[in-house]
Amino acid sequence: MRDVIVIGSGIIGSNIARELSKYDLKITIVDKENDVCKGASKANSAIVHGGHDPESNTLVAKLNVEGNEMFEELCKDLSVPFKRNGALVVGFNDDDKKTLNELLNRSIKNGVKGARIINSEEVYKKEPNLTAGIVSALFVPSSGIVGVYELTIALCENAIVNGVQFKNNFCVKEINKDGDVFTVESENGDKIKSKIVINASGIEGQKTSELICEEEFDIKGYKGEYYLLDKENLVTSTIFKCPSKHGKGVLITPTVHGNIIVGPNNNFVENGEDRTVSKDGLEDISKKALETVDKLDFRNNIRNFAGVRAKVGTNEFIIGENKKIESFYNVVGIASPGLTASPAISNMVREWVVEKMGCKIKKDFINKREQTYFHELSIEEKNELIEKDKSYGQIVCRCEGITEGEILESIRRPLGAVTIEGVKRRCRAGAGRCQGGFCQTRVLELLKNEKGLSSKEVVLDNNGSNILV
Amino acid sequence: MTYDLIVIGGGPAGLASGLSAFEEGVNKVLIIERDVEVGGILNQCIHNGFGLHTFKEELTGPEYAQKYIDMIKETDIEIKLNTMVMKIDDEKNVHILNSEDGYKVIKGRSIILAMGCRERTRGAISIPGSRPAGVLTAGTAQKYVNMLGEKVGNKALILGSGDIGLIMARRLSLEGTEVLGVVELMEHSNGLTRNIVQCLDDYDIPLYLSHTVTNIIGDNRLEKVIISKVDENKKPIEGTEKEFDVDTLLLSVGLIPENDLINDMDIDFDNRTKGVVVNESMETSVEGIFSCGNALHVHDLVDFVSTEAKEAGRSVAKYLGVDKKEVGKKEIILKNGVGLTYTVPQKINVDKVEKIVGVMFRVNKIYENVKIVIESNGKKIKEYNRDHMLPAEMEKIILTKDMLEQCNEEIEIKVTDMEV
Ligand SMILES: Cc1cc2nc3c(=O)[nH]c(=O)nc-3n(C[C@H](O)[C@H](O)[C@H](O)COP(=O)(O)OP(=O)(O)OC[C@H]3O[C@@H](n4cnc5c(N)ncnc54)[C@H](O)[C@@H]3O)c2cc1C
Ligand SMILES: Cc1cc2nc3c(=O)[nH]c(=O)nc-3n(C[C@H](O)[C@H](O)[C@H](O)COP(=O)(O)OP(=O)(O)OC[C@H]3O[C@@H](n4cnc5c(N)ncnc54)[C@H](O)[C@@H]3O)c2cc1C
Repeated sequence: MRDVIVIGSGIIGSNIARELSKYDLKITIVDKENDVCKGASKANSAIVHGGHDPESNTLVAKLNVEGNEMFEELCKDLSVPFKRNGALVVGFNDDDKKTLNELLNRSIKNGVKGARIINSEEVYKKEPNLTAGIVSALFVPSSGIVGVYELTIALCENAIVNGVQFKNNFCVKEINKDGDVFTVESENGDKIKSKIVINASGIEGQKTSELICEEEFDIKGYKGEYYLLDKENLVTSTIFKCPSKHGKGVLITPTVHGNIIVGPNNNFVENGEDRTVSKDGLEDISKKALETVDKLDFRNNIRNFAGVRAKVGTNEFIIGENKKIESFYNVVGIASPGLTASPAISNMVREWVVEKMGCKIKKDFINKREQTYFHELSIEEKNELIEKDKSYGQIVCRCEGITEGEILESIRRPLGAVTIEGVKRRCRAGAGRCQGGFCQTRVLELLKNEKGLSSKEVVLDNNGSNILV
Repeated sequence: MTYDLIVIGGGPAGLASGLSAFEEGVNKVLIIERDVEVGGILNQCIHNGFGLHTFKEELTGPEYAQKYIDMIKETDIEIKLNTMVMKIDDEKNVHILNSEDGYKVIKGRSIILAMGCRERTRGAISIPGSRPAGVLTAGTAQKYVNMLGEKVGNKALILGSGDIGLIMARRLSLEGTEVLGVVELMEHSNGLTRNIVQCLDDYDIPLYLSHTVTNIIGDNRLEKVIISKVDENKKPIEGTEKEFDVDTLLLSVGLIPENDLINDMDIDFDNRTKGVVVNESMETSVEGIFSCGNALHVHDLVDFVSTEAKEAGRSVAKYLGVDKKEVGKKEIILKNGVGLTYTVPQKINVDKVEKIVGVMFRVNKIYENVKIVIESNGKKIKEYNRDHMLPAEMEKIILTKDMLEQCNEEIEIKVTDMEV
């Protein structure tokens, strides 16, 4: 019997599990996939938004600004890359100027620190590669960028280190409540019992909740497609186009690893798992992006991808206890800026759970997590490490400079990688310009040996995505 | 530790350049290779067709490499395996990493860049669809099949009809993977006729010219590939879709010189070749740093790589030997005229030329019965007849010292019609 079951290991579920692991609670987090972070949390813009965008006086605005402020400490504790690179919302005409002023006022109301309007001279001084013709911009210094799957994985791993149980390949298909006890059952017939259930199943959130009762909310999927370009010093801030009657435009931002992300668009999809990219979508994005950064060169593209937002009609998040079923909490429909808000959301959920369970904080909670980033070490540190473990002296991924030691570490960690993409999301082997063309054979060998698999059993990503036959 | 020459990369270019420098009298030569053995991409090219020019016999890739390895064994050339060059700094120090030395900085009086090339990927051509397993580059598939003895799929389609694509079509067929077709964007194949006959026709594999892949379908493993015919602007034509039930898509869509190492260096780069700019001595804009092989520009045949690398090695010997002050600085820039996409070298220091310089170049489309004209200052220096030229086939012309002395600081090479 568990105290809490969290359904879904995206950024929301992982944040909640880690926050609750600070207390003397028995927690299980389940996910239908073979690894954490396979939903919206792995395919988004990875922006820690400043908070200039959400309507004032909404829960979304409040959680956005609160969450934003928590990132430094969280990412430092967990050894996750994060940078406050600042954002610019750029305007090209008088109408835009008006809109930017409205956004500034909204920022002030939302409590966004340091936001101000800057003139075109200052814009081009900051970002010389922007398209000519920008008249002014809203500068949001608190906006940041984060390694989003690294963070999700690190949160979940740290939760595990603090006693949380993680079950992958556990697709919830039935939930029952008998007295005060929930029984959560997987497709394979595995059952777990608990006192509290937290539904953090993203785009599937409505379906999951409806396993126990009818719901009024309606979650719809909206796909966003992207280009991921090779490393280049094109922009340092996150660049948004000022919203206008022609739409919102697309953003151009560096990633924490120095690549450039361009996207997303926003199209309704019937199937919430539809992460395909389309020719029309990509053409549309590239055209729009050139309006703000005309020096973009899409020949430098190394990967296209897409993610699906879980949106509810009201543009609000669904967070709270189910009105009909006590101790069943929904934390779903978390569209943008859900990543940013996630640490604040988990604080909210924690307050409810602590009150309900009357639980106490653990004295032995481990809040820190270390990870080796070989290329960031000094020469002395590198040599010390190689002295101890020779596998750090072998580069396996040439594009990102990732050593065999780092790959082995990513497989051997508490929440170790079990797939080729899992290795990539943990240590970046295969994330560079050749997309694993060079290192995939080596990573496959390492996974196979570490996990005692045959070559044919190694998968790229999902179950069934075997690389060899 | 100081070396007279540090060669970065132990493929055919690195081996041949190191060897030739040694033979010309350079003493302390070090070749650095990140893999477990030297030979480069040749190790996985187990088909024959190598060495017809260099050794006058038909060898496989590993056999060709072995010839050089055997010759190097007879010398004092040092080879470091399992060693990655991480960086070249402003003082021409080479930063290396391996398990034995750790991270170490070594000094070279001269350096040859011979890092080879990498393959273009799905991202480079933004193929729409899902992202399942079973979509891989031809080179990666070649490594799985030839080096690791694995099977990559049961039914395959191949995009790109260059020689690598063609050779992999045959290779997969021999390994029991059914190849349903080779798809090519252009209206002609970029492979050798010999390879079309021996790799496709002999195995009844259809070639879809003027087609490209327009959709990739499959959630986990690849299930289907859609191809479409393209118009004269290479845009897919709606309504021409063909569907293939395959679990494997091989991409053979071009090679790019691998020059990540010099990204942070102040060294002239040519965006046409995606390699560094060199002169007649294969020397870059940084004195004492040379380049050759596929890192300089992509070659069709390894024999050409070896020839060019030999030249680079000789130039290193000259560079380390002569009193540099004696050499004049008359430099001629090679300009790409009509029809050319690039030349290597990009510039020539006339005073360093002994008798002749070979100039390699590629053309932008198919040409029949044309002339290659060399001009300087509006004056025709020389012309050559060509009855057939293809973008996929590297061309070479020879400029003599006499010719160069008639030129001012620019030479234009262009393609013109016969009657002009
Ligand atoms: C295109 C796009 C761009 C975005 N950009 C940003 C941004 O820049 N900044 C920002 O702050 N936010 C952004 N967001 C929003 C952010 O990505 C989401 O708010 C966040 O990822 C939601 O996390 P989640 O944990 O709710 O959902 P998910 O990450 O989707 O996690 C849900 C998990 O539940 C699991 N699951 C589902 N059903 C079941 C079941 N029956 N049984 C077991 N497990 C189940 C899934 O496998 C999945 O792992 C963006 C979103 C998208 C799509
Ligand atoms: C793995 C490997 C094997 C080699 N094997 C040999 C060998 O056997 N012998 C030897 O001497 N040397 C060999 N070399 C070295 C040789 O020097 C060249 O690398 C090789 O000849 C280049 O030809 P290619 O066909 O591979 O590439 P390319 O000539 O670049 O062929 C790519 C093709 O893809 C097509 N294409 C591009 N985009 C699209 C699209 N969107 N849709 C449809 N088609 C598209 C292009 O038009 C082109 O025809 C090899 C090198 C490598 C890296």
